[in-house]
Amino acid sequence: MSERLKSIYDSIGLPRLIIVGFFLTLLAAAAPLGLNVSSLMGDAIRRWAMYGILVLAMVPAVQSGIGLNFGISLGIVAGLLGATLAIELGIGNPWLSILFAMLVGLAIGSVFGIGYGMLLNRVKGSEMTVSTYVGFSVIAFMNMIWLSLPYKSGELIWPLGGQGMRTTISLESSFGGVFNNFLAFTIGDPVTGLSIPTGLILFFLLTCFLVGVFMKSKLGMAMSAAGSNPAFTRSSGINVDKMRILGTAVSTALASIGIITYAQSYGFLQLYNAPLMMGFHSVAAVLIGGASINKAKISHVIIGAFLFQGILAVALPVANKVLPEGNLSDVIRIIISNGIILYALSKTKGGSK
Amino acid sequence: METRYLLNMENISKEYYGNRVLKGVNLQVKPGEIHALMGENGAGKSTLMNILFGMPVIHSTGGFEGTVEIDGKPAVIDAPHKAMDFGIGMVHQEFMLIPGFTVTENIKVGREISKPTLLSRFLGRSLETLDMDSMRRDAKKALSDIGLNIEEYVKVAGLPIGYMQFVEIAREIDKTGIKLLVFDEPTAVLTESEAERLLEIMKTIASKGIAIIFITHRLDEVMAVADSLTVLRDGEFVARKDIKDTSVVEIAELMIGRKVEKLVDDQEDTRILSDDDIAMSIKDFYVMMPGEMVKGIDLDIRKGEIFGIGGLAGQGKVGIPNGIMGLYESEGTVKVFGEELDLKKLGNALEHGIANVSEDRRGVGLLLDESIENNIVFTAMQIKEDFIKKIGPMKLFDSKKAKEHALDMIKLLDIRCTGPKQTAGSLSGGNQQKVCLARALTIDPEILIVSEPTRGIDIGAKKLVLEYLVKLNREKGLTIIMVSSELVELRSLCDRIAIVSDGKLAKILKPNDSDAEFGLAMAGLRKESGGNE
Repeated sequence: MSERLKSIYDSIGLPRLIIVGFFLTLLAAAAPLGLNVSSLMGDAIRRWAMYGILVLAMVPAVQSGIGLNFGISLGIVAGLLGATLAIELGIGNPWLSILFAMLVGLAIGSVFGIGYGMLLNRVKGSEMTVSTYVGFSVIAFMNMIWLSLPYKSGELIWPLGGQGMRTTISLESSFGGVFNNFLAFTIGDPVTGLSIPTGLILFFLLTCFLVGVFMKSKLGMAMSAAGSNPAFTRSSGINVDKMRILGTAVSTALASIGIITYAQSYGFLQLYNAPLMMGFHSVAAVLIGGASINKAKISHVIIGAFLFQGILAVALPVANKVLPEGNLSDVIRIIISNGIILYALSKTKGGSK
Repeated sequence: METRYLLNMENISKEYYGNRVLKGVNLQVKPGEIHALMGENGAGKSTLMNILFGMPVIHSTGGFEGTVEIDGKPAVIDAPHKAMDFGIGMVHQEFMLIPGFTVTENIKVGREISKPTLLSRFLGRSLETLDMDSMRRDAKKALSDIGLNIEEYVKVAGLPIGYMQFVEIAREIDKTGIKLLVFDEPTAVLTESEAERLLEIMKTIASKGIAIIFITHRLDEVMAVADSLTVLRDGEFVARKDIKDTSVVEIAELMIGRKVEKLVDDQEDTRILSDDDIAMSIKDFYVMMPGEMVKGIDLDIRKGEIFGIGGLAGQGKVGIPNGIMGLYESEGTVKVFGEELDLKKLGNALEHGIANVSEDRRGVGLLLDESIENNIVFTAMQIKEDFIKKIGPMKLFDSKKAKEHALDMIKLLDIRCTGPKQTAGSLSGGNQQKVCLARALTIDPEILIVSEPTRGIDIGAKKLVLEYLVKLNREKGLTIIMVSSELVELRSLCDRIAIVSDGKLAKILKPNDSDAEFGLAMAGLRKESGGNE
């Protein structure tokens, strides 16, 4: 019996047990503080599905051997370009609008990803450092682009001056909430009950399934092999560099889908510096889910995204109640989210290969 | 009259995890003599030297048996610094020098001469200034002792390789009270003229009364400088001889030895080998594999034969399969059943039906974290699209079929495991090798190349693997190229054995040719091998 327990314990791992424990503690603390637990849970579930695809973008990157992809900002800006283009063209039907945004995002993301993959092939051994800086610099670069894109739509540009895009763009007239509201229902009281964004969850799980299928395909398996043992893969006649480019491109393209899914749930597109830290959040989530620098599975994504976003969703209201003094809760928010990232990074096993 | 020995190691035995690597070895060195320590790879030379230097690897694995005497007194050397105290020094094969330091600094590092300063009076010796003048003087003296004419203030980084070796020697000489110097294959990285120079220096050092243990494979060098030699073979002491009483041929014979053990039982042989039916033809073949350079080799391998490629480590035998498979850059032509391989194209050899079992089982041969099943079918799936089911445009992995095949292979090769889902990394060496073999066979090759098939696996698994290779050859007519450092293995299996030395073909021998011929070929003495240069 204790053997069984130990093997279960080993497969879960101490870091995840601690995180789960923290999450449950927060939940338990919420009710006595007078918070609405079912709406907190609803929040956690919504954030889980809305962030999920961004976390999923880590899987192909890690499996192809480039390590944790801190540079998903590259895919994020591709997605944002797609979304803004959809708004600029004024596609009225929300489904068509999001489809268009995603297709454009995918196309731009793949192209970016291929170039990015070629770059990473030149810096083997320090991919994660380089990808962090790629992520930061693309945001800075896009700050200039957002200011100078020749968009005309009133939804996008500053009302005064007539040039340059707003920092936050409402999606109400385009595809805001299109997944969230699809087949959505509420358990219990319509106002305070647990609301389930069915369409969003379905879309997240469908994407997970598709990526899972891809990882089980001939190409996907070659890619995973390239990540886990490049020498072996070469000896089976596979070009490892191409596989790494493929992994990077798929990861970047997924990030572009991810940000559009995120934005439709949030209701706004956030440009400029908003996506700066999203790479870190995705990395932290997948690590908490049990991934390492060399191995990441779909299950890690599903578990990790839920724990990371769940803690953020629950911890903030709890912190607000415990420390009601104005600014302090925002400080707590930063400490908690970065604390989780730090903890997750410190718990990764194995060095980079 | 009894001879006085500077170093007397007697009856040394050493076991690594139940594997006896030294069995009662003796080594005696007189003051001021150059003593050659010879043996094939794995004969136990390095282990013996590790014992002499008290390396941690010896003492963390349970120590050794036997006695070590220095100057007639029993010596306990259980840490490298004790060896230094006894006046034993080593010139390493790969240089232990700091490139950014000058020659003087490199010679004196760790043993700096220093002067007290104001600060050091309060804060201890580490803050004393270096006495560069006396250090330079010492360095100059050490350099002139070995007859090396370089300025002691230049940085090591820019020096030619040969000079680095000399700086390293100077460093050892500079140590006070040095009595015994070990040279571990010092000429391996040197050019011919540098090597000659080194041999001169060794003589100079020995004439000053310092004894030298000279580890090398090169018989001609031994004949040129050594006074006496000890030959080891498979961890056993074979002989100690004075050079004047022996000959190259005798040493070669002693190194190879007649090994009677039979690795493979005889099997019925109905094969017809013909020089007109060539499976693989290699012409003017060069491979740029670091440490295993191939420098122009011609070979014709007949269909249906077991062809052996032997030679010492680092001489290029392992480079040949790696070049053929396209894993390292190569030049020349390789024809497989008359069709020329595109050596630049990775996987081209696989497509031509050549399977390779790599010498580096854990590094190249396996996906250690993946299941046995995935390991076995991976190459076949990628190259031949076996184990794939097509759904629309997608090519998905057919895990059911893969599992069935893996189970067949596990049974066929007797892979001891808990099931096809066990990870390859958790298997024993022998079973891992069988997985590698299974992977190669799964692509259904016409030619199978196996490199070091028995490295690191126990005797039982060894026999099974080798017998299976013979069976494949006899029953399925598979052409097998076997690259191995184990001459016994090659001689008990192969129809012909090519010995590679210094990246070139030394000679093609028959398994029943004499030991001396093998020894001479391995030492790179191509006396009667006209036309192979």
